[in-house]
Amino acid sequence: MTRIEAGIGDLDTLDRLAAQDSPIHRLDPRAKVIATALFLLTVVSFSKYDIAGLTPLFLYPAVLLTVGLVPVRVLLRYLLIACPFALLVGVFNPLLDREIVVRWGGLGISGGWLSFGSIVLRFLLTASAVLLLLACTGYVAVCAALGRLGAPHLLTMQFLMLYRFIFILTDEGSRMVRAHGLRSFGAGRTTIRVWGSLAGHLLLRAYDRGLRVHAAMLARGFDGTPRTLRVSRWSLTDTAFVLGCGLFLALVRFGDPVDRLGSWCVGVFR
Amino acid sequence: MSHHIVEVKDLEYSYPDRTPALRGVSFRIEHGEAVGLVGANGAGKSTLLLHLNGCLFPERGTVRIGDYPVTRQTLPQIRRSVGTVFQDPNDQLFMPTVEEDVAFGPINLQLPPEEVEQRVVRSLESTNSLHLRQRPPYRLSGGEKRSVAIAAVLAMSPDILVMDEPTSGLDPRARRRLMDLLAGFTHTKIIASHDLDMILSLCPRTIVLHQGTIAADGPTAAVLADQDLLLRSGLELPLRVQGCPICGRSCGGHPRP
Amino acid sequence: MHMADALVSPSVGATMWAASMGLAAYSARRIEPEVAERKVPLMGVMGAFVFAAQMINFTIPVTGSSGHLGGGLILAILLGPHAGFLVMFSILAVQALFFADGGLLALGCNVFNLGFWPCFVIYPLLFKPLVGRQPSRSRILAGSMLGGVLCLQLGAFGVVLETLTSGISELPFGTFVLLMQPIHLAIGIVEGAVTAALVSFVWQARPEVIDLAAGERTGSMPSLKPVLVTLGIVAALTGGVLSWFASAHPDGLEWSMFRTSGSEELAAPADGVHASLAGIQERTAILPDYDFAAAEDAQATPAEEGAAWPAVRAGTSLSGIVGGSLVLLLAGLIGMSLRLLQRSRQPATP
Repeated sequence: MTRIEAGIGDLDTLDRLAAQDSPIHRLDPRAKVIATALFLLTVVSFSKYDIAGLTPLFLYPAVLLTVGLVPVRVLLRYLLIACPFALLVGVFNPLLDREIVVRWGGLGISGGWLSFGSIVLRFLLTASAVLLLLACTGYVAVCAALGRLGAPHLLTMQFLMLYRFIFILTDEGSRMVRAHGLRSFGAGRTTIRVWGSLAGHLLLRAYDRGLRVHAAMLARGFDGTPRTLRVSRWSLTDTAFVLGCGLFLALVRFGDPVDRLGSWCVGVFR
Repeated sequence: MSHHIVEVKDLEYSYPDRTPALRGVSFRIEHGEAVGLVGANGAGKSTLLLHLNGCLFPERGTVRIGDYPVTRQTLPQIRRSVGTVFQDPNDQLFMPTVEEDVAFGPINLQLPPEEVEQRVVRSLESTNSLHLRQRPPYRLSGGEKRSVAIAAVLAMSPDILVMDEPTSGLDPRARRRLMDLLAGFTHTKIIASHDLDMILSLCPRTIVLHQGTIAADGPTAAVLADQDLLLRSGLELPLRVQGCPICGRSCGGHPRP
Repeated sequence: MHMADALVSPSVGATMWAASMGLAAYSARRIEPEVAERKVPLMGVMGAFVFAAQMINFTIPVTGSSGHLGGGLILAILLGPHAGFLVMFSILAVQALFFADGGLLALGCNVFNLGFWPCFVIYPLLFKPLVGRQPSRSRILAGSMLGGVLCLQLGAFGVVLETLTSGISELPFGTFVLLMQPIHLAIGIVEGAVTAALVSFVWQARPEVIDLAAGERTGSMPSLKPVLVTLGIVAALTGGVLSWFASAHPDGLEWSMFRTSGSEELAAPADGVHASLAGIQERTAILPDYDFAAAEDAQATPAEEGAAWPAVRAGTSLSGIVGGSLVLLLAGLIGMSLRLLQRSRQPATP
């Protein structure tokens, strides 16, 4: 329960952030969706033992975070909620892959720890990129962008409607849980039978609401073809943003900047 | 202007479980009239309203909106000329932002984008809610939601406004504001409500429904002062018509229309 | 259990995205406007219902822990397979976006694991024939239980396959399967019980809801052909990748060991046009950076394997560590200076 409620709270926070104004916010949502997709692909395309190679990619979230006016605390919170989940499978790596692959001073590092570290970095990068996309664009605009990039209209419509009703139904759900809690005096466990009746009532209410919404949609000319407002316009800035991101990612992926910088530095200090 | 007329003749309808909901309802509402529709819970008000915009079809009898009978074939015309404001604005505001919600109707009418934009701005302005444009509906107050729901209907530029309980759940000030707003509209209005004082202020004519039939149809001032009729129909005198709670004297026996 | 971005390789992620999008497009096409007119609002609220129902925890008998509803099967039962699939897609998307369950790249995998099986396999092939036109308490119970368990088993197996094909996790196939399937047997029983409780409640309280949902029985029964075609393409794609691996390296653990040897590119001097071209070619391969040629060599002469071993990626060398730290520092500095720049501008443009 707390997780969903926390999640709903986060929806709210993200919506507020998305309503801000910044150069990132002003970009066409499609540009941001494309850039995010490129970024995610780049991150996961690195070798599983790569750690240093991933580091330059942190520049992307760092820039978006600051230019897009997203508070660090929001990002950290999001990462904290998500991390146990992402680390679950990765945590086996150090146990299973114990071959020492690197000796650095007296310290031996096994391949498992390397790949585990890489999983952690991947997680941090991918989750940050998704959060920043939402915080700088807004869910609704992301959906519209997906629609314009070719997702089926019925699917984007469903994305929008789901988002709208999550707030109403989770509110109804929590009122119901509260009412049940008040009368069970904390003693009764919620058995599956009780759950079935609670959730069943909620389902019927949702169903009836669905019928009422249906009437309201019909009354405003809905005929089963989802149509949504299209406002954004692709501009030169958007092209520049996508190209810039692509260039940066290509450089990081293929240009080996870490190695070059590292060897250069080591060379200078020797 | 014949097409702003609402004519219902011998309308009958039963729920899917065969409980009769409407048993022979007939009335005619002329262009520009404002009519109150009152009655106890389950008297058939909402069912009647759903027939006016073609969400339900009569089992027997006819419903005519202007020149068209309400049938499946005429639905596009009917829904363009009848705007319905439902009871729970949460059901009506189904899009994620106010702007998109108001634009939903005009987009379905397949108007060009500039016209859609114009209508959104105009209808939000007329309900004093243009400043809410970018907001998501779940972050609006009850009164704001109601205004936006009305704006969404106005954006369809209907000739006839049908409203189900427009003042329920509003605080006194929001209710007053809404009433002032409605009083300013020149559309033909049909307002179903338990808020008899609101009907008294807004509608010169009132229809009383009782168990699926019309118990009374006439000038509001007369209908809502008839205590016997109201009690029989599960209602009571509007507060404004009742005696003063302190001195017991009737101070509004002849309400302003 | 959801797949996570961190565990997915680009090829697996993209393949599963293609499969899920294909199924979504197919489902959207199968819902005709006359049906959509009625279903769209129901789809919206039912999706939201799954979220709301997840807020109500219940006690699982014996274990005392708490569980909640997953949703795929109940959505298929209440909305029909096509609409159910689209709703499941949207639920998983919202979970990926806002709750960071999984992630965007892994979304395709998750939609497939949790949406495809209940909507296009279990519902039409098991639940519908079993519960049929005359539902009864015991039939609903049997259909839901069996359906719930099978959905979760198939979904969990999907996770195993996708994780292994991606090759980021070290877990060998056998261990992973033994880990996943029993856990998901338990989760599946719970899901089945919950689905049964819900369906029988609704069936008793308002039978017309289920009748109506099943109303398009004849119309919305998925024709299996396009589904099978999609599935075939996916199978061919994943199977192709899989068998490619399997032929070279028979065992899961072994694959990952071979992969560590895929760093010839670094051992070879990075200068010379040929070398860099080879590097680019290698890096743009489907599964980048894993030097298959080297792996095959190693297989031919197992003794060489050890020799190729320790040369992991530059990330572990001194220059790698220095470079990595510097880059991180730089990223932080750029971020901070941008923020300072914004602050200094703020008073000018309030």
